[in-house]
Amino acid sequence: MIVKPISYNDINVNKMLEIRNLHKSYPIGDSSLHVLKGINLTVEDGEMVAIMGSSGSGKSTLLNIIGMLDEADSGEYILDGLPIKNLTEKKAALYRNKFLGFIFQSFNLINYKTALENVALPLYYQGMSRKERQELAMFHLGKVGLTEWSHHLPKELSGGQKQRVAIARALAANPKLLLADEPTGALDSGTSYEIMKFIQDLNDEGKTILMVTHEEDIANMCKRIVRLRDGVIMEDTKITQVRAQQYV
Amino acid sequence: MFKFIFDKDTWQEVFDSLSKNKLRTILTMVGVWWGILLLVGLLGAARGLENSFNRMFGDFATNSVFIWAGNTSKPFKGFQEGKRLRLKLSDVAKLEDNIEGIEFAVARNMNQGLVVRDFLSANLNVLGDFPVLDKVKKRNLVAGRFINQNDIDNHKKVTVISEDTYKQLYEKEEEAIGTYIQINSINYLVVGIYQKGMIDNFGPSEDVYIPFSTFQQVYNQGDKFGFLMITGKPEYKIGQIEQDAKLLLKNLNEVHPEDNQAFGGFNLGKEFAKRYNFLTGMQFLTWFVGIATLIAGVFAIGNILLITVKERTKEIGVRRALGATPFEIQRQIIVEAVFLTIVAGMFGVIIGGWILIALDHFLGQGEDAILVNASVSILVLFIAMVVSVVLGTLIGLIPAFKATSVKPIDALREE
Ligand SMILES: Nc1ncnc2c1ncn2[C@@H]1O[C@H](COP(=O)(O)OP(=O)(O)OP(=O)(O)O)[C@@H](O)[C@H]1O
Ligand SMILES: [Mg+2]
Repeated sequence: MIVKPISYNDINVNKMLEIRNLHKSYPIGDSSLHVLKGINLTVEDGEMVAIMGSSGSGKSTLLNIIGMLDEADSGEYILDGLPIKNLTEKKAALYRNKFLGFIFQSFNLINYKTALENVALPLYYQGMSRKERQELAMFHLGKVGLTEWSHHLPKELSGGQKQRVAIARALAANPKLLLADEPTGALDSGTSYEIMKFIQDLNDEGKTILMVTHEEDIANMCKRIVRLRDGVIMEDTKITQVRAQQYV
Repeated sequence: MFKFIFDKDTWQEVFDSLSKNKLRTILTMVGVWWGILLLVGLLGAARGLENSFNRMFGDFATNSVFIWAGNTSKPFKGFQEGKRLRLKLSDVAKLEDNIEGIEFAVARNMNQGLVVRDFLSANLNVLGDFPVLDKVKKRNLVAGRFINQNDIDNHKKVTVISEDTYKQLYEKEEEAIGTYIQINSINYLVVGIYQKGMIDNFGPSEDVYIPFSTFQQVYNQGDKFGFLMITGKPEYKIGQIEQDAKLLLKNLNEVHPEDNQAFGGFNLGKEFAKRYNFLTGMQFLTWFVGIATLIAGVFAIGNILLITVKERTKEIGVRRALGATPFEIQRQIIVEAVFLTIVAGMFGVIIGGWILIALDHFLGQGEDAILVNASVSILVLFIAMVVSVVLGTLIGLIPAFKATSVKPIDALREE
């Protein structure tokens, strides 16, 4: 039975992440491109946040720093109470494995592994036994409705199916925070809504979700919209969520 | 950490990534396989050639020296220069006792003689020899036997003649064994006919052998003899043995130690090397080709693996995003590389072995085979395998570190 959250924001909730005065620039030749110019952002447990902004505004950069795939130049970043600074790559790998789930625009499935093997991969790096892995992976594939497709290679799946496999994979290790960079960017609107329905279901179950998107209708299916411009947050509003269910 | 070597999952991952990237796997394997195969094939063939030369010439060719006595050129201990010297049988025993590295020291006599049979005659070289000559200078008998100890002990009047001598004295197809020939008016029973080999291209033609003791008696030599043939043990340098032997002989015969005319020497090994230095060339070529192949193989594998990593960078980025530590990634790439090289190396050894078997089958049969026992030693195989595994590991390390040295996001961005 799924417990409908009344509203996580109203109860005494934990901060999922806290970012203070975060800067990031990329070196370009002799000069450098200042992409993030002092980001302040707090996300609480159970939130579903859309990050918007024009192309090149630094959305992906921010999300990658949050996901510890990239490092900030300066500023503070606290994830689930842990200050993320000067981590060894080994520690970072551990945090990524335990706390974070990634969903990418281009799916990033491993092309020579079946759907099931792809979903089981994060569990392999957790050191879980083969049998347990397979069972758990099958369970998550079932949740995105792909039980039948478990032994197919990514090239045999449609875009929407691939993204569902990617979602199952992101969820397999039971992360606290789900990071999605334009998860519907490569999909048509019908399929996009289907994917959003899965993501909304996850949020309903309590997962914190951060996603980058270009599309207003997708953003409106979140609970909060953060807009970036010129490297700073220029708007941060809570909204009433549009349910994706009605479009599926 | 070694637990992981025995972990089924590790190998599942390795087999997955190898079997699902067939082209890459095959290219890598062909690289190592070819290197090892060439190495085994070449070294084996070279060994076969060497063996066949050794069979033809034995140690005699490469490790022998002739020594003879001349006249002194320096006065010493009251003797004038120009003293006539002769080698004595007693010297031979002393040489054998005192000089390290002598395998055989064979006293020999040689004379010109008129050889007559019925109405045919020829002026030929007659040698007085011991049976041991057959050991140091393989006499290839086409009929009968060589001189034996019984001949020596009983001063028998028997002879072994060369095939050329036979042709000069006998009609075609005529039976020679058991017939008599005259050497300097004395009758000798022919007991053997031998065929000259490559060895006989060096030194004077040896046409007719008679027992050493018979020669002594007939030509009134007493304890003295004409020249000495010394063969060194394989691990000793014949040049050194020659020097030591001459010095000892000078000592025994009261000759000035720096008298260079008193005893003459002819180093067959040196002469042989001059004429047959292609053998040295062969060895050089083998090593050169072998090493070049290995290096080329290493570069090829390195390149393939680097391309592989480039092509797999994104995959590695994904794995890292899913929580793989750099160590886990490196470990996997290295296991893949080592596994590939071991398997490919073993294939190389097996196919190389087949090639050697084939070479042996087609070129290695019979008395005058080009290759004799073409083979490589277990040690060489072991070294080749160790080298390829070490190289495999090292080559695996490069892409492994390259793959984990970038930030995960840079790996993920790779297209
Ligand atoms: N590795 C990099 N090296 C140099 N510049 C970079 C790098 N990554 C991003 N940039 C630059 O930083 C800026 C922000 O990039 P980012 O990918 O965060 O934008 P974005 O908001 O996600 O854009 P889009 O909507 O097109 O995905 C861009 O101008 C981009 O060119
Ligand atoms: Mg982006």
